Amino acid sequence: MAAQDYLFYIFAALTLLCGFLVVVNPFSRNPVTSAMFLVLTIVSMAGLFVLLHAFFLAAVQILVYAGAVMVLFLFVIMLLDLKEEERRKIRFFGLITGLISVMAVLGVVLKTYLVDSKLNANLQLPTIEGGTAALGRILFKNYLLPFEILSLLLLVAMVGVILLSKKDLK
Amino acid sequence: MDLNFVIFSTLKILCVIFLALLPMVAYAVLAERKISAFIQDRVGPNRTAPPLVLKIPILGKFLQSWGVFQPMADGLKAFLKEDFTPNYVRKAYFWLAPALTMTPAFLTIAVIPFGSNLGNQKMVIADLNVGILYTFGIVSLGVYGIVLAGYASNSKYPFLGGIRSTAQMISYEIAMGMSVIPVFLVSGDLNLSKIVERQAQEGWFALPFMAQQQTMMSYLLWPCALISFFIFLVSAFAETNRLPFDLPESETELVAGYNTEYSSIKFALFFMGEYASMISASCMMVTLFFGGWSLPGLATPASTVIAGLLHIGVFIGKMLVFMVLFIWVRWMLPRFRYDQLMDLGWRRFVPLALANILVTATVLLILNSK
Repeated sequence: MAAQDYLFYIFAALTLLCGFLVVVNPFSRNPVTSAMFLVLTIVSMAGLFVLLHAFFLAAVQILVYAGAVMVLFLFVIMLLDLKEEERRKIRFFGLITGLISVMAVLGVVLKTYLVDSKLNANLQLPTIEGGTAALGRILFKNYLLPFEILSLLLLVAMVGVILLSKKDLK
Repeated sequence: MDLNFVIFSTLKILCVIFLALLPMVAYAVLAERKISAFIQDRVGPNRTAPPLVLKIPILGKFLQSWGVFQPMADGLKAFLKEDFTPNYVRKAYFWLAPALTMTPAFLTIAVIPFGSNLGNQKMVIADLNVGILYTFGIVSLGVYGIVLAGYASNSKYPFLGGIRSTAQMISYEIAMGMSVIPVFLVSGDLNLSKIVERQAQEGWFALPFMAQQQTMMSYLLWPCALISFFIFLVSAFAETNRLPFDLPESETELVAGYNTEYSSIKFALFFMGEYASMISASCMMVTLFFGGWSLPGLATPASTVIAGLLHIGVFIGKMLVFMVLFIWVRWMLPRFRYDQLMDLGWRRFVPLALANILVTATVLLILNSK
């Protein structure tokens, strides 16, 4: 096995382990611990992106999710009073919906493994290195409309947040 | 995997961290104390000397009066002091936080081209083609150290410091990230080595006359570059928690902010982390705006060992200028108020940086369409 393969298994295992510890941590039910494990999950996923030669995606993953979104999560968790959350038991409804979604994901994985892998067995490694320019070209040529709609969506969300956080509307 | 590559990378990492970064952190503290002493008309550290050094005729006294041995004594003291852990802290995070402050500052150095070539090795640890995004990613992880320190301490002043730092660092990261976009518009590349090479030929972004060949374009883009640099500089002060933006630890309000409960080497790690991130911020400014290792006349990547060493020297020299600037500003300016800080970040810098991107793009479009 090449070094890349070992790295893949390390990062994949880390992703799964940390993802698992986000939701079922036997040692602590502290939400901050969950959030920190989510950060680790995100970082190890960035490692997987690097192994796929998607450097841009990896960097943005860390910059946006680990560096900004999760910090805000922590910010909110730390400001809330969390004693009640720590004591809350696992609920039946949550268990059922969680199981269903896990089954669905497993179904997709199994289908990929059993059916799709036989269709095109010799997929080639991506040849793009880093791909900031390539990504930009694809975004602004092939997927311009979805891209613009997404940015509009984000703008709407931003305006909404500002409106909600204003105490007195003139 | 190429064995040569592994060996040289390890060698570069070890050299950069143990021969350059750690001594620099130690002596930045000394520089801080000496410069502050100079500004406040004091003498500064001038007593420490190991036993036998004073026997050396003139040199011994000289080194002592400059406090050259002070960092060693300080380091030893930090290790030997009682490492006190209050019983109300959250232990795991209390231990994790100092390490998380120190590591990101070191990791950012990995993509900085601190020289051109030495032999046939490029003088950069990782020549990533998304260099700058990597840097911002790692810098944005730096906030966890402070936030967790505030959370782990489980008492009110550190907590307030932690909360303040979260808001401050996230706000200024945005301004900082947007301020460098014009640089990439002009150079058309995210790779820091390529950016330096371009500046070596066509002029540093902040000082276009430092060029191999003068071009009209770099002069037209000069104002944009200066605005970029100004925003980046001020944001760097906020990101490294230095005065005038050291709100997370402002001692008159918060005792010492997030590191109030820390003692001994854990406190020293926070302290060193601040200097390490100052160093990496200085490196970034040199690389992005002041031509990295290049000087006019020394603009081509080195082919001989002497030129290679000279380039590294030039880079370190430029970096030290910014370190002195960081220290000098700390002792010259009073602290901002918290609302002023937020106001400056969101309502001045973010719009200014956005406008700067637009103007730069327009100028480039007009120039390139001819």
